[in-house]
This record gives sequence, C-alpha cells and structure tokens, in this order.
Amino acid sequence: MRSLIGAKQQKWLLLAPALTVLALISFVPFVKTLWLSFSDSEISALPTVVSFIGLENYIYALTDPDFILSLGRTLYFTFVSVGAEVILGVAVALLLNQQFRGRTLMRALIILPWAIPTIVNAVTWRLIYNPDYGALNSLLMQLGIIGEYRSWLGDPDVAMNMVILADVWKNFPLVAYVALAALQTVPMDMLNAARLEGANAWRRFYKITLPWIIGPLLVIIVLRSVEAFRVFDIIYVMTRGGPANQTKTASFYVYQEYFSYLRSGSGSSYAIIVALISIILIYGYYKAAKRQNGSL
Amino acid sequence: MKLKKIALTSAAFALASVMHTTALAETTIKALFMSQAAYSETDVKSMTAEFEKSNPDVKVNLEFVPYDALHSKIVAASGAGSQGYDVVLFDVIWPAEFAKRGFLLDVSDRIPSDYSEQIFQGAWTTVEYAGKRYGMPWILDTKYLFYNKEMLSKAGIATPPKTWDEMLQQSKIIKDKGIVKYPMVWNWSQSEGMICDYTTIMSSMGGDFFIDGKPAFNTGGAVQALNYMRGSLDDGLSNPSSREFSEEDVRRVFSNGEAAFALNWTYMNALANDPKESKIAGKVGIAPAPGTAGISTASAVNGSMGLGIPSGSAHPDEAWAFISHLTKQGTQEQFSKLSLPIWKKSYTVPAVTNGQQDLVAAAKESIAVMYPRPLVKSYAEISDILQLRIHEVLLGKNDAQSALDAASKKVARIR
Repeated sequence: MRSLIGAKQQKWLLLAPALTVLALISFVPFVKTLWLSFSDSEISALPTVVSFIGLENYIYALTDPDFILSLGRTLYFTFVSVGAEVILGVAVALLLNQQFRGRTLMRALIILPWAIPTIVNAVTWRLIYNPDYGALNSLLMQLGIIGEYRSWLGDPDVAMNMVILADVWKNFPLVAYVALAALQTVPMDMLNAARLEGANAWRRFYKITLPWIIGPLLVIIVLRSVEAFRVFDIIYVMTRGGPANQTKTASFYVYQEYFSYLRSGSGSSYAIIVALISIILIYGYYKAAKRQNGSL
Repeated sequence: MKLKKIALTSAAFALASVMHTTALAETTIKALFMSQAAYSETDVKSMTAEFEKSNPDVKVNLEFVPYDALHSKIVAASGAGSQGYDVVLFDVIWPAEFAKRGFLLDVSDRIPSDYSEQIFQGAWTTVEYAGKRYGMPWILDTKYLFYNKEMLSKAGIATPPKTWDEMLQQSKIIKDKGIVKYPMVWNWSQSEGMICDYTTIMSSMGGDFFIDGKPAFNTGGAVQALNYMRGSLDDGLSNPSSREFSEEDVRRVFSNGEAAFALNWTYMNALANDPKESKIAGKVGIAPAPGTAGISTASAVNGSMGLGIPSGSAHPDEAWAFISHLTKQGTQEQFSKLSLPIWKKSYTVPAVTNGQQDLVAAAKESIAVMYPRPLVKSYAEISDILQLRIHEVLLGKNDAQSALDAASKKVARIR
C-alpha cells in the first residue's frame, strides 16, 4: 500500500509544529534584532522614523575601546570560570564515584549551590565579601593570612576573580553531575586491567577515564561557556560592573545601550556581536570535540 | 534578551491586574515609587490610605523598586501603553530625556499659576524642560554635611567646617588624636551617588560640567574637586571603603560612630537620630555642605524628584488627583521627617521645624545654592562616562587631569 505522502514529506509534516514554535520564539525575534541592528531605531513614545544606516552601529561599537576591553574581560570570565568549574566538577565527581558511607547524602547535598537562584547566590557572596563584617575577612584573619580587613569587590585588581569564585561555587555542581553520570559508564574491567599492569592513578585517569567521559564533558563545557559569555545577573547584583568598570562584561553594554541610553538599534548591534562571539566559541568546541571523539 | 522577557512578563502582569480590577466599579491607578532614601514605604502607604479615604472611587496600587530600577521600569512600561503606570516617580536628571521621547504628559496647564511663587525654584527645576512642566516636584532633596558632635568636641573643634579645606584640617586633628580611624565617609561606589558628591564639591570650587555646550569638567574647579577627593583618600582621612559604599552604607558607618563627617541626603538626619537605627542618636550635627574660600560659602547638589503621569495612562485625571494629594502642603508637612516640603511657607510651620531645627536651618541655606547636574537628553550616558573616569582616579588608577580629559573625549563621541 502506498501512503498518500512520501517519507520525506512526512518527516517535514511531523516536524512542522515544532518548527513553527521555534520560528516564532527564536527566529522572528532574531530577525527583528538583526534588522534593528542596522537601523537608528530608538525607544520612544512618540512616532519616529526609523531608517537603515548600514554598518554604522557596528562601527560605533567596535571602535569603542571600552567595549573592546569588556569583550576581553568577558572572555577572561568565561575561560577562567568554566575552566575552574570543570576541574572542580570532575574532581568532585571522581570522589562521589568512590564507595564510602553517606555517599548518597553527599550526592544530594552537592547539588545545593546550583539549586540556589543566581540573585540569592550573588547577594550571599556580596555579604561574604563585605569589607567590614564579611565572613571571608573574618576567616582569613583567624587563619592569619591577612593582617587587617580588606576590600574585595572594591579592589579593581581582584574584583573580577572574586565574582568568578562566586560563579564557580554556584555552577560546578552541574559539571560534577554530568561527569558523575559519565563516570558510571567507564568499564571497571579496563581500569582493573590497567591497575594490574601497574598504571598509577593519574595514568589510569588520563588514559582511560578522561577519554571515556570527554564527550559528555564537552557538551556541558559548551553550554556553560555560552552561558558564561553572556553573564549579566550575578555581576549586576554583586558589583554593577565596578570598580572602575573592571567587572563590566559585554552584556552590560547591550543593557546600557538599549535600556539606559534607549538606543534600540545600537543596542541590538551589541547583542548581535555578543551572539556572534558565542557562536564562534561553540564552533571551536565542536571542532575540538570532533578531533577528540570522532563523533558527537 | 532576558530584559525583553521581563518586560513581557510585567506587561502580562499589568494586563492581569487590570482585568482583575475592572470587575469592581471603581478606577484603579498604578503608581511607581522607590524604596530608598526620602519618604519610607510606610510614609507613602499612609499618604495613599488618606487619599483613598477622601476619594473612595479611586484605588491606588503601589509598587516600590530600588532607585537603580526606576528608570528601566518607566521606560519598559511606556511600551505597555494604558496597561503601564499612571503615576511615576522620576529623578531630576531625567525630564530632558523623558520629554524628548514623550514618556511623560505635559501637565503645565494643570498646575495652578500661584504655585510658581509658592514653591522653591530648585524644586521646579526637577520637573521642567524647555519651558514646560512634566510633573509636580515632590522630594526636595540635597546632600548635607552630617557630623558627630561628640567626636568634634573631643578633638576640641568648636564649629563644623565652613570650607572643604577646613574639613580636611579638622579630619586630620580627629585622626591624629586617635578618635576615629577614618574621619570621613562617602558614597563613592561607581554610581550616580558619587556624581552627586562630585557635583557638590565641584560647584563649590567654581567648576562647571559644560560651558556653551562644550565639556568643561576637565578644567579648573572640576579638576580641583577630583584632586580633593583623591587627596582625602591618599591622606587616609576618607574611609577607603567609600569607593564601594552606597548611601545606606554611609548611613550605617556614620550611625555606628565610625566616622566624624558624612555627606548624605535629608533622610539620614531622622534615622541617625533614631536610637533603634543608630548608636549616636542625639549626637548628630547637620550643616550645609562646605564651601570654598573666596568662591562659595556653602554647596549643594539638586537631588530632587518629581511625580509625573506617563503618556500612555488611561486615567490622567485620577493620577493628577493622587499627585496633587501627595504634593500638597498639608501632606508634605505631616511627613516632613524623612523629606522636607517643596513649599517655601512650610519652613516656618512648627509641624516641620519642631525637633529638627538644625535640619531646617541647614536646608534654608542649601536649597538656595542647589547646583543642577547637566539638564540634557543624554545625561545618563554622560554620567556613566564620568563615573568610570572619576572612579579610576579614586582607585589610584589614573590622575585627575588625564581621566577627565579622557571623559571629555568620550562625551564628544555621544550620538
């Protein structure tokens, strides 16, 4: 019996509802933003004439030395925080993969930081870093590491790293969970064979475990990197981009152009630039993943 | 595009609340206020309750947000048209921008003509742009010099400083005598509050933001003011944490008895004298911010705020009735502890002066010299540029002249 429509058409027919939703919530706003980024559109309650101005917005953004600096800072934030989350996450996953009493409880507890809303996390860390009564100063004083209370988020040389620490604390559990799931697929007989052959723990991890879990790890690295590159909320709450712009990331410029200066055209071009760099990041990771794994 | 989402959700909320209330046979208006400095939430709620009592057919939905969210809220709600707010609180630095973009209704014709004379000129500046009025002034505010009387008398100082140099000298005496580690505290985080302090000092030293539309903040008194700020940090007279403090941090440090001098808004007077909020209640002195020898006797920044009607409002008449109630002389005199009235006559009324004679005396002098921040459409951008460069200097990352030169160059780039 021949069906009324071919397999090829059937495929598209079945995909149609999902594609329609995707187009409405993702494609339409993207095209609108793209169009705005080439226009001189501004937010106004009065009727205004919007005209096409070509690449002017992009030239304005990319010739702003402060914005270029913020791109560098955002990349720094992304690489350091995602890097630390991966190292810490995998280390914790390895621990949680061992047999010990209270393991189930530990596995449940470790998700807590990730379950806390970003805003709450940011406010809590801001209190911990408080120069006058913060817990960090108190702890370091008692340990004898610092001689007197100091400012953390107010010091332009360390503020970014302190924000990164707060971000790592919040997000490493996600990496740990993905790594833990992946670790459970690593064949024990291979590890045992390697041990019999006299391979030490580091070699066993590097030669067997890591290649086995790298695929899932790369997925979470891509996800976290894209998220980290458009970081806004944690910084808005902790430092508002200060001191002296040292924590002002690229997303701040999107917000600023769009909602503080009300230039929706220019703001859209900043947003497109941030999105483009995210896409380049993702592409780079997939390239690396292909080389590692051959498939993904 | 997270903010778009927020705007959409708030629009949805607005829609839901309107649909909910149309079931009742009364008008509901939505009003946006801030919960930071000046009138407290409790004050605004009491004023509103009174209004609702005398206007039983009008219900007011109040919303309080931090100052930093106020601007975005007003702008985002303008897209919601009649589903947005009916009354909004706005800052003295926004009327130019809001008027040019049509966010607020021109209410010049609604204001009785005899008001012009009865209200301080500095208050009117808050709501005026290009000869039109976009609301009623409500919070008449500026930064005052607060001092700890006990610390000054311990140091043998009879009168608070009249000039900024004198303030440095007195701070040095207080520090040398070991009375307090850092005599001065400021709200010098990278924020609008820092610009207010800078404006105060700069105006007293004869500086200007712009002359004939060209940046002038990299010359004369404007550079001196920044050098003064930096110098007070270098000499260990200003609390180094000032560089991350907000107004509330300044209040906390001063109220804890950890500073001899602080610059802050009117509201700190009542709170620093409240034993529940402060360890130094009864020891608080207040004076106009100092002047500069040969140039000025006192200084002040215009930090007032007004109430306006967004252009999309469906109930401008009810909104105006509510604004009239909040800004009328009687209401303002009744709630004059955290914010002083806009009415000239109020400053001799016992309800206002009783228990805060010092504040009222200082206010009379300060209000007369209130200096405006630039009244231009792109103020937000100018302020951001200055905040960055001034903060660089305060953090020791740049010197005053080159930082302000850089700011002037960046301001020229504004589109």
